[in-house]
Amino acid sequence: MAQFSAEKLNKVNEIIARYPAGKQKSALIPVLHLAQEEFGGWLSAETMDYVASLLKLEPIEVYEVATFYSMYNLKPVGKYVFEVCQTGPCMLNGSDDIIEYIKNKLGIKVGETTADGLFTLKTVECLGACGYAPMMQLGKHYREHLTKEKIDAIILECERNAVTNN
Amino acid sequence: MGRKLLLEKAHVQGIRTYEVYRREGGYRSVEKALKNMSPDQVTEEVKKSGLRGRGGAGFPAGMKWSFLAKPEGVPRYLVCNADESEPGTFKDRYLMEFIPHLLVEGLIVASYALGSNRTFIYIRGEYAWIVDILEQAIAEAKHNGWLGKNILGTGFDLEIYVQRGAGAYICGEETALLESLEGKRGNPRIKPPFPAVKGLWDCPTVVNNVETLAAVVPIINMGGDEYAKIGVGKSTGTKLISACGNINKPGVYEIDMTISVEEFIYSDEYCGGIAHGKRLKACIPGGSSVPILPANLLLKTAKGEQRMMNYESLADGGFATGTMMGSGGFIVLDEDQCVVRHTLTLARFYRHESCGQCSPCREGTGWMEKILKNIEYGKGKKSDIDLLWDIQRKIEGNTICPLGDAAAWPVAAAIRHFRDEFEWHVQYPNAAQNRNYGLAHYADPLPVLAAPKA
Repeated sequence: MAQFSAEKLNKVNEIIARYPAGKQKSALIPVLHLAQEEFGGWLSAETMDYVASLLKLEPIEVYEVATFYSMYNLKPVGKYVFEVCQTGPCMLNGSDDIIEYIKNKLGIKVGETTADGLFTLKTVECLGACGYAPMMQLGKHYREHLTKEKIDAIILECERNAVTNN
Repeated sequence: MGRKLLLEKAHVQGIRTYEVYRREGGYRSVEKALKNMSPDQVTEEVKKSGLRGRGGAGFPAGMKWSFLAKPEGVPRYLVCNADESEPGTFKDRYLMEFIPHLLVEGLIVASYALGSNRTFIYIRGEYAWIVDILEQAIAEAKHNGWLGKNILGTGFDLEIYVQRGAGAYICGEETALLESLEGKRGNPRIKPPFPAVKGLWDCPTVVNNVETLAAVVPIINMGGDEYAKIGVGKSTGTKLISACGNINKPGVYEIDMTISVEEFIYSDEYCGGIAHGKRLKACIPGGSSVPILPANLLLKTAKGEQRMMNYESLADGGFATGTMMGSGGFIVLDEDQCVVRHTLTLARFYRHESCGQCSPCREGTGWMEKILKNIEYGKGKKSDIDLLWDIQRKIEGNTICPLGDAAAWPVAAAIRHFRDEFEWHVQYPNAAQNRNYGLAHYADPLPVLAAPKA
């Protein structure tokens, strides 16, 4: 089973030390973020059980949290996940067209992953970038003021990165 | 030009770094508070300032602080609510991204006033890169002696930690936030007990918004009385407004609450008018939860007075003809926008974000989304409009936390002010899918009310 490296385990202990003794459950959400980053961009039952053992929690305590928060992926996702906002302010600025364009360009529906495993398309609710709409999250960062041309460029950029990183 | 207290230095080159921030006068309020004031004196200044919570509810911050229980031997906590998730709101992000030390400085002073030795910033999970910015600022502050043990030789110890959420609007509600910080699902708690008595890990806790805590810095620097002179009535100080939608200059603006809504929308200093030379149809001035107003009621109150950008004036007329300042998320709709569609996106948002604890909210938000979807996509019935009204009435006030109200109000206000547009969707389903209803009479001057008969 996959386990954290010594470096990541240090990070886990550093997080636990932020809380008073015995309150290590508070580390759950940050540690799940770490686990998702480390173990392929999603949380398998195995990964969640591992996190439970690290924090001395019952597995159910981890499952109930992992299923509540929208940023945790409970099934495998593509290497690049496009999370496009569709709430009011983005809608006023054309997010519906952007989502349509990405669907056609990648040939997938919302929630699906391309056959090559490179791209997943998700729609999300307000990410707090309303003044820079339409927008999406890609990894750690936001891509804002989206246009069809920008989407083309982002897809190209991801495809190139995928080649150089392999 | 309005007075700037929070964003005055936000665009100084390098202000994100400690050296520049300090050179520009940063951390003076910490020196003043820790060396010359008692914790209660700090709280007293905040009370005098009239500062109201900037997260949305507008509760007086100093009063909230004074409610904090102080039992012997029990730790107390300050938690900064940076879970900014209300559609239309992106002001806290701006503060944290561009002038992170201002928040750190405010947190140190507030922690001192409240007696918190371990303070947390709970930030929405999507703002991942801002976590790095804040942690960098905290590390710099610590390196320079503003955090850690025995700060400035006063015996006060403080550590600040940043905790990332993981995608849940509900965690902006303070008790849901505390649950999340304890490593649980973000289910709001039943109150009482209030966090001031039983909060984080059952200890007395104050939860304040980012902007509220940043405002503590100018309050301590200038004194509460001076701060209270800015603004009007009970709307003291400055407020950050994040403007978005169909305007020429979306962005974050600091206003001193003495300007009119009209000036805010049309002046080049702020929104710069409606984009593409179109006309104003409607606006949600305080984040998606507050009532939408048509142009005529937005610019003038029902009494015919000019509406101003402050707590009282925006609320003038109650929900019948007014709205709320809320979180300052200012969403503008131009004449070509569809109110039904916009309301549908908000209903979908609240259905997605309902935590599921209370059935009126869990079920009701889903029903409202379905009905609105039917109306928007040409499958609505006339009775659906009354059904929608009925559902929102049954959610409001019947839930543990205000998310239920927040979901009900936008639907109620849309029907209240734009009922004819809903009816048009039902009556002409084909037309409704090809074009928008337009401006109708929403921008007409308000009718002059006849004097009531004796």
